[in-house]
Amino acid sequence: MSPSAHLGRVHMQRLLAFFLCLMLALPAAAQDADAPIQQVMQTHADLIAKASRRTIQTAIDALTASGLPAAQEVMERWQDKEMWQDETTGLFVFVEEIDRDTIRIFDISDGTDLGEVPDDSYKQLKPNSGVRGLIAAGLVKFQLFDDSPAIRRLALDAIARDPEQGHLAALRDVIADEPSPALAAIMTRLERLLTIEFGDDEAEKIAAIAHFDGDLGVDARAALNPLVTTRIEVGEAVPEGPEVLRTLRPGDEALPKTQAYQLLVDADLAPPLIPASEVREALIRNIDGSTVAGVQVASLNTDRARNAAFATLVAEGLAEPAATEEEIDTALAAYQFFEVFIGAPPTVALAAKDVLSGIETKLALNQTADLALDAISLASIYFLAAIGLAITFGVMGVINMAHGEFIMMGAYTGYVVQLFVPDHTLSILLAIPLAFMVTFAAGVAMERLVIRWLYHRPLETLLATFGVSIALQQLAKNIFGTQARPLTAPGWLDGSMVINDVVSISYIRIAIFILALIFLALFLIVMNRTRLGLEVRAVTQNPRMAASMGINPDRINMLTFGFGSGIAGIAGVAIGLYAKVTSEMGSDYIVQSFMTVVVGGVGNIWGTLLGAAMVGSMQKGIEFLNPSNTLAAQTYMILFIILFIQFRPRGIIALKGRAAEA
Amino acid sequence: MSKTLFGTTAAVLLATVLPAAAQDCPIKVGVLHSLSGTMAISETTLKDTMEMLVEQQNAAGGVLGCELEAVVVDPASDWPLFAEKARELLTVHEVDVIFGNWTSVSRKSVLPVIEELNGLLFYPVQYEGEESSKNVFYTGAAPNQQAIPATDYFLEELGVEKFALLGTDYVYPRTTNNILEAYLKDKGIAAEDIFVNYTPFGHSDWSKIVADVVALGADGKKVGVISTINGDANVGFYKELAAAGISADDIPVVAFSVGEEELAGLDTSNLVGHLAAWNYFQSAESDANEAWVEAWKARMGEDRVTNDPMEAHYIGFNMWVNAATAAGTTDVDAVRTAMYGQEFPNLTGGTAVMLPNHHLAKPVLIGEIQADGQFDIISQTSEVPGDAWTDFLPESAVLVSDWKELGCGMYNTDTSTCVQIKSNY
Amino acid sequence: MTDTPSLFPKYAGGLGAGPQSRPFIARHPSVLIFIACLALFTLCVTILSEGFGIGVVSTSFVKTLGKTLCLCMVALAMDLVWGYCGILSLGHMAFFGIGGYAIGMWLMYARTEIIVVQSLAAAPLPPTAGEISQGIATQIFGVVGASEFPPIWAFAHSLPLQLAAIVIVPGLLALVFGWLAFRSRVTGVYLSILTQAMTLALSLYLFQNDSGLRGNNGLSGLQNLPGLGDVPQSTVSIWFLWASALALGLAYLLCAWIVSGKFGSVIRAIRDDEARVRFLGYSVEAYKLTIFTLTAVIAGIAGALYYPQAGIINPAEIAPIASIYLAVWVAIGGRGRLYGAVIGAAFVSLVSTWFTGGQAPDINLGFYTISWVDWWTVLLGFSFVVVTLFAPKGIGGLIDLVPSPNRHGADLGPDAGSLRESEADR
Repeated sequence: MSPSAHLGRVHMQRLLAFFLCLMLALPAAAQDADAPIQQVMQTHADLIAKASRRTIQTAIDALTASGLPAAQEVMERWQDKEMWQDETTGLFVFVEEIDRDTIRIFDISDGTDLGEVPDDSYKQLKPNSGVRGLIAAGLVKFQLFDDSPAIRRLALDAIARDPEQGHLAALRDVIADEPSPALAAIMTRLERLLTIEFGDDEAEKIAAIAHFDGDLGVDARAALNPLVTTRIEVGEAVPEGPEVLRTLRPGDEALPKTQAYQLLVDADLAPPLIPASEVREALIRNIDGSTVAGVQVASLNTDRARNAAFATLVAEGLAEPAATEEEIDTALAAYQFFEVFIGAPPTVALAAKDVLSGIETKLALNQTADLALDAISLASIYFLAAIGLAITFGVMGVINMAHGEFIMMGAYTGYVVQLFVPDHTLSILLAIPLAFMVTFAAGVAMERLVIRWLYHRPLETLLATFGVSIALQQLAKNIFGTQARPLTAPGWLDGSMVINDVVSISYIRIAIFILALIFLALFLIVMNRTRLGLEVRAVTQNPRMAASMGINPDRINMLTFGFGSGIAGIAGVAIGLYAKVTSEMGSDYIVQSFMTVVVGGVGNIWGTLLGAAMVGSMQKGIEFLNPSNTLAAQTYMILFIILFIQFRPRGIIALKGRAAEA
Repeated sequence: MSKTLFGTTAAVLLATVLPAAAQDCPIKVGVLHSLSGTMAISETTLKDTMEMLVEQQNAAGGVLGCELEAVVVDPASDWPLFAEKARELLTVHEVDVIFGNWTSVSRKSVLPVIEELNGLLFYPVQYEGEESSKNVFYTGAAPNQQAIPATDYFLEELGVEKFALLGTDYVYPRTTNNILEAYLKDKGIAAEDIFVNYTPFGHSDWSKIVADVVALGADGKKVGVISTINGDANVGFYKELAAAGISADDIPVVAFSVGEEELAGLDTSNLVGHLAAWNYFQSAESDANEAWVEAWKARMGEDRVTNDPMEAHYIGFNMWVNAATAAGTTDVDAVRTAMYGQEFPNLTGGTAVMLPNHHLAKPVLIGEIQADGQFDIISQTSEVPGDAWTDFLPESAVLVSDWKELGCGMYNTDTSTCVQIKSNY
Repeated sequence: MTDTPSLFPKYAGGLGAGPQSRPFIARHPSVLIFIACLALFTLCVTILSEGFGIGVVSTSFVKTLGKTLCLCMVALAMDLVWGYCGILSLGHMAFFGIGGYAIGMWLMYARTEIIVVQSLAAAPLPPTAGEISQGIATQIFGVVGASEFPPIWAFAHSLPLQLAAIVIVPGLLALVFGWLAFRSRVTGVYLSILTQAMTLALSLYLFQNDSGLRGNNGLSGLQNLPGLGDVPQSTVSIWFLWASALALGLAYLLCAWIVSGKFGSVIRAIRDDEARVRFLGYSVEAYKLTIFTLTAVIAGIAGALYYPQAGIINPAEIAPIASIYLAVWVAIGGRGRLYGAVIGAAFVSLVSTWFTGGQAPDINLGFYTISWVDWWTVLLGFSFVVVTLFAPKGIGGLIDLVPSPNRHGADLGPDAGSLRESEADR
């Protein structure tokens, strides 16, 4: 290159640009291209740059086997997507991103700071999670011996995810020296799991298997199940030997005849069946002008005519007849079918089978427990959504179709509070009373403006509150948009309480359950132990009498309605935490809430509780029976409720006497 | 008197002879996206996109010497109303082209009207395929441009051996999952290693389903989730996933309906590493994309994001402009003919090509969710041609669509006949 | 007849006497006026239409008008069951939807059959009936990933049977549901919630793909009449307008006839005081069941006429909200008078279309622009509250302001503003 040869204006600019580039590229020139770790990387540069789980193992092995001290950091930073490649030189560097266009680069061998450069000629290496898993597995060799327990823990996680033969020996090396008992326990467990998979002899494996008797861990079952895999085989006679689990007869539940015959065909022991479409195809093959087998083609528009024509073709030897039922049976009868273990040697397989069957019983029990927990959780959500309604509808007899919108208002209040108070714990603590206040105010306003004029026209209350409901829903849309809004639970409610690998429940659901209990208590106390409750009950049963006793029914109605609405608001915060906050969330709960109250029996909080429990467990039960279609569960549940109301029109707990007429 | 008559006659004659000169100004572009109702959440963005594109085009001199005018109507997420509004656009407003629809059912509702009145529709959303209408250009992904590559990624890169196909109960997940089931069986995955579940729209109680998915791992195979869960329901699903402590390294989830917009409603810090497959991510690095994102944010606000269907409209609109320019008219048949083979650069790099089956050839991207609600692109294929009829279902494997050569959107290669000219709806 | 409820002193003489001897139409001039208005309206639209007239009214608007007539018809049914009999059913749109599904199945089947037969004609062998049916099933259910006809489609090939289904299925469902509900004396708001649950269950059921009715996609392309592919929609839309107008007219006559006779007196008595009517020896349940079933059938027929004009039916159409809107129309129009229901349905649905269609000009307040697309629902919701609170007679109540020379018998005829506050005054 001789830039001085061209001295046009344009070329000057180019030259300048070139030098500028050169200057910027200068730091790169300083990096150590000959460092051993860079050499190792360069050998596999293509594999690393276009990392795929299928091919990357070579590169990782080279790094781990290199014995270089820098290898660990290189792999860690590569895993964290902090390694980039210089596209011009092909050299790898560590990178710290400064902003969108600039990066600071470091030498991978010794971490020397090489300065800031534009990122144009560098390409970030983005190993996908499959590759990252393999890197992690490779890192185990270093991390397992690390001083920090956190890093050793990382190594153990990596082993659990991608176990390798080599890990077993490494694990056995470190178990004895592990200072932390928690880690040691994990190691022991992992060592057993790895022994089952990679162990040397059967006795060792069987011993490891025995340790998992009654263990509910998914990893234990994951290790055991592959051992008991079987395959159905076919032969002239059943071979003697422990690997044969059982013999099967074609036509059994485990071996339908078609499958059995297919096995014969696959083993070249029988001719393949002629497919049903052969009739049609044979006829088409043999069309001769406008006839086939002497029959007019146009007349072959019924199965009967086609079969007749096909029979003629068969008779003329122009088509193969289909095998008859007897022929198939004869073929099947000539052979034996049996199931053999293919996952492990028979002794190991039997030991695993034994342990698994023990686990199975326990598993079923625990699954039921988990389902029960789910049902309780769902019931508490329904209860929470319905409790406000139990007050406004159950106690006061006011149909409030806008109840769902009060739930929504509560949830949005929570969202707005989170906008201003970033601390999640504090914001939730603030949001709960605020949501109560907002919806209390809304409830009072609605009672004052709408409902009190309609106490004697319940059907019209229904319609008017429905009007309010659609208006509120649309208002929420106009204000907050139709997008779902985040309402994030505080950190200490993240995650779940894990009893074992089968039974677990998220903390947020536990919190909702507790909240539901608190509300139940609150309701009982307010209704039975306070002046307000007494007055509410009095007004509900006989407003005129109550009024003559000095109670102001207007005021009481207003407060009761506000109280019910306020509780709906708090329920909204809780529901928003576990699901979503949208303008339509209210309508998801309104019908269910009414159902809960009606099924339980109007005017009785215990009825509402029972109603929620019934609706919740029903739904989970149906979901369990029909796991692939959750929609069906809801349909059947509603049908059931419709029928239920036929038989107990006043709900599970029907009020008697005067209160019933309230 | 006779002079005017002569003039008129001449004008009429000229108009017939030179269609380009007779172009009615302004050229009307129909925008058929719900601005209210349940789908407004997604579709309003596309309406804004179209308005922005039309403005940009007008600033660049319009088309065929005419200003463009966007005619926006609101079908209100009401499927019958989509058909009504489409008819209104075509007969009352006499638009030259329509950009619109999101859900499959709304498209099926509009199809008969568009075909009857010979309109032109650009449909920007990934969909289940199994369709190729003469009057529709599908600028979103067909299953082989989203679902199949993502499944390949699961099989090859993540080593997934057991699949949970979770979807909302409607046609897109149903068809996609059917195709995937057939595809997975083709790849040697046993039927019992495929778990399928459908939930209603807006489903919120995910604990049982998430527990079921975890339990799938009990036979020692690596489990992956392919999610066609739609809209709001995703919020509850991901929250439950995070609560159950399922990391993307244990059970990766790849979603086909979760983009930047949907993640805006979520705290994504617990979801880092889960995946989505699209033809476009906002984080794509190209100059065109940078300009596009910048223009969008300048117009709509800093906190707004761009997403895949927006890019589909971007490509579709620009292709239509180029085709109309090439044809010299906005006449539907002329533009359609000019559309075949149209090329336009993608925002993610590479070039999109309009195929004779009315689908695009586009690259497929797989991104990992990041804590900031954006996606980190970890895999990008070369351009994949969209396939109207999937090869993995026996009924449709024999079908091809080729409007250029065969003039048929549903051509049976077995019998060499055109099954039907109009679409299935 | 023998036991004359004291509620209606004017009719103490029985049905045969006094003013009753005059012809039906003469006694109820509003019926004649209504029919005349309807006929005039139909004629005007026809003349202005693209298909048969001068083309001022676009085909899409003709369709809107035709659909509105169907909505008026179902509102009529709602008025009968709620305004006259006091049963606030929040599930009548379910019957409307069933009618639509019933006709939709035949329309889809027959249309697809033509396509399939055409395409199979090219095959080397003439198709068997089984192959045709298989082909149709693949075409119809291909989009939802199935290729078998579910049993529910057993009669889809036959127009007469599906036409019968329009009447029979909603009627039967209403009969069974009503029998169960009325038998166990479920009344008032309980019944409303129960009917709402019914329509919710039905729509959730239909939302499932496995329901056999194409799940969320529903049945589409219904505007294309089988075998009439060449007839332009501008013509078809007018045909349906005529059919809808005819059906509405007949339904109006039927309803007017029912409510003006003794039967009408009894059902209104049930509305006003159910217990008293029961004590008078009437079988309240039988009356309620008859009205409930009859109105379900009317709704079914209205639905069967509506959906071929809408072009698509899917489960969202029978979500609970639709039935609630139906109640809104009737309430705003004025319940307890037949023309009130019609006016309400026509007015609210057309105004809704106008506002949500983006035709209404936005109001710029300077600091905020009121866009009707966003605010219309809010306005509707609150105006609904206002109507319920302050104008329980609805729009129809305005007619009362016009002095009428002949008001005797007002309490009984379809003209009557029969809203009785005693309805809930237990």
